[in-house]
Amino acid sequence: MMGWGVIRLWTILVYIFMFLPVAVVVLLSFNANQFGSFPVTGLSFRWFVELAENEAIIRAFKTSLLLGVLTAFISTTLGVLASLALVRYKVPGGNFISTLLIAPILVPEVVLAVALLLFLNFLSVHKSFFMLLMGHVIFTLPFVVLVVQARLIGIRRDVEEAAMSLGATPVQTFFQITLPLLAPAVFAGMLFSFTISFDDITGTLFWKPGGVETVPTQIFAMLRNSISPEINALGSVMIFFTVGVPLLGAAIARRLGNHQGR
Amino acid sequence: MSAVKLHNIVKKFGAFTAVHPMSLDIPERSFVTLLGPSGCGKTTTLRMVAGLLDPTEGDILVAGRQINDVPIHKRNLGIVFQNYALFPHKTVADNVAFGLKHRNIPKEERNRRVAEALELVQLPHLANSYPKQLSGGQQQRIALARAIVIEPDVLLLDEPLSALDANLREDMRVELKRIQEQIGITTIFVTHDQSEALAMSDILVVMSNGRVEQVGAPKEIYSNPTSRFVADFLGTSNILEAEITSEGGQSGLTAAAVGFVPLRDEQMAKLAGRAKAYLVIRAEKIDILPLDAGPDARLSFEGTIEAVDYQGQLVRYFVDVQGMKFQVLNMLSGTTSFEDGDRVSVRFDSQDCVAVGED
Repeated sequence: MMGWGVIRLWTILVYIFMFLPVAVVVLLSFNANQFGSFPVTGLSFRWFVELAENEAIIRAFKTSLLLGVLTAFISTTLGVLASLALVRYKVPGGNFISTLLIAPILVPEVVLAVALLLFLNFLSVHKSFFMLLMGHVIFTLPFVVLVVQARLIGIRRDVEEAAMSLGATPVQTFFQITLPLLAPAVFAGMLFSFTISFDDITGTLFWKPGGVETVPTQIFAMLRNSISPEINALGSVMIFFTVGVPLLGAAIARRLGNHQGR
Repeated sequence: MSAVKLHNIVKKFGAFTAVHPMSLDIPERSFVTLLGPSGCGKTTTLRMVAGLLDPTEGDILVAGRQINDVPIHKRNLGIVFQNYALFPHKTVADNVAFGLKHRNIPKEERNRRVAEALELVQLPHLANSYPKQLSGGQQQRIALARAIVIEPDVLLLDEPLSALDANLREDMRVELKRIQEQIGITTIFVTHDQSEALAMSDILVVMSNGRVEQVGAPKEIYSNPTSRFVADFLGTSNILEAEITSEGGQSGLTAAAVGFVPLRDEQMAKLAGRAKAYLVIRAEKIDILPLDAGPDARLSFEGTIEAVDYQGQLVRYFVDVQGMKFQVLNMLSGTTSFEDGDRVSVRFDSQDCVAVGED
């Protein structure tokens, strides 16, 4: 019994160590005082208001949102198609392609970032928003492929065969049977891509063209000058997004998957 | 006219031949079973008829029309899969309606036919349930309803009972046969379970290693197998290597332990031109009697019980007769029972013996 007590205490300490800084940031973002110090001297939304009036941040926010949404859309489409090909058809070198698609997770991001940058230089392609987007697609694709493949393997082939035997063409079968059954995984893949893209900084720092800032790179730039309470507010907004969106997504996915037993 | 006709169909997977040239005529409204051990090519054959596999050679005709190049969704066949394959995201009613929607049946008629189909499988109250809320037996009935509601030319059943519990399986067997007879649909049934095959079929097709071993009515195949494989696969048989001989103008087979057994001419005719001959005696055609039992018209041998295997109302004896091991299935009678080591009289009628040849 004694042993369990110690483990429980240790677990609580680990959680405190992990989440206390986050809590502090959120708390300080509501602090009325200019200087982030305890005790908090008053509750205020002034930093959020200043944030909303800071054009650089609004621009970065819009960039991040657009980048995240496009990344999610492209990654998910490619990921679903790739998974279908790899799971449902005999593709020559399928294992190799599968490994290749997953590889960006295994390679340290900074290595991937530098490699892509050097490659673009080698091709003398200029950095652009499109290249940044492609970069994000490359390292979010593995998550989509992994999630969708796992789900697809669980969808029995005979369900699709049954649909076809009843008169559905292969395309109708995909849209009426396979895709609805795949929906939770597609949705999860989309959310993964969006959140990963939304808070990525390493790759983005290397790939972003001059003058384009995403929220993480904007925070990074602001930190270099001074620690402004606005950053706390921005941090809170980021936390709200990167925690809130997946939670919302999980709730929707659960609804979608509600009637799917097997 | 036959409902389904297979003409010399062959299926090869690379260098492996799964189905050797196979021809089969399936009459209208009949229940045909493809029976054999796993890997015998029965499922491959069914999948070729279904359109899920392309035959390497040969023709498949349904209602006189060659359908080799017709894709599965245009074949108008009802398929019931081993694992039901219901659409988990659709209600029972939507599952059953799926095929009708793809045939552009108007809504009112569709609803009526779905209701009728659910009535037929006796599950009308489950229309709004989802598959995962149903038991295995119920799911299989819904799968059957979904397959027959489209009024298919042929119903294909791919081991539909093997995922069910033993008790349920027997109920479903009766149910399936009742429905098939009621709507009079030509049915091809694939199974490895011989009791299912014997109980349900009008025509039984026994397959082994991608070849048809024997085609016929279940009773005929059971009582008169034409190959060693069929004799061995169906029921429990004692198969003895034998020589063709004759005694006093009567021809028959001579085998170790039993000596000369006279056989009817039609049995001897089966051996014409074959390299080897076997004498087949069904385990249930042999009787075990006490040594002191009075003689009767049957052949009689002395043997020793080596093992006894009680199976409820039946008992299986393993008997040694002059070094040959025999299996015997007898009804368990209250008065006589034998134990290991008992000396007994082993009797059978030569009329019950069958000859099979082998090349």
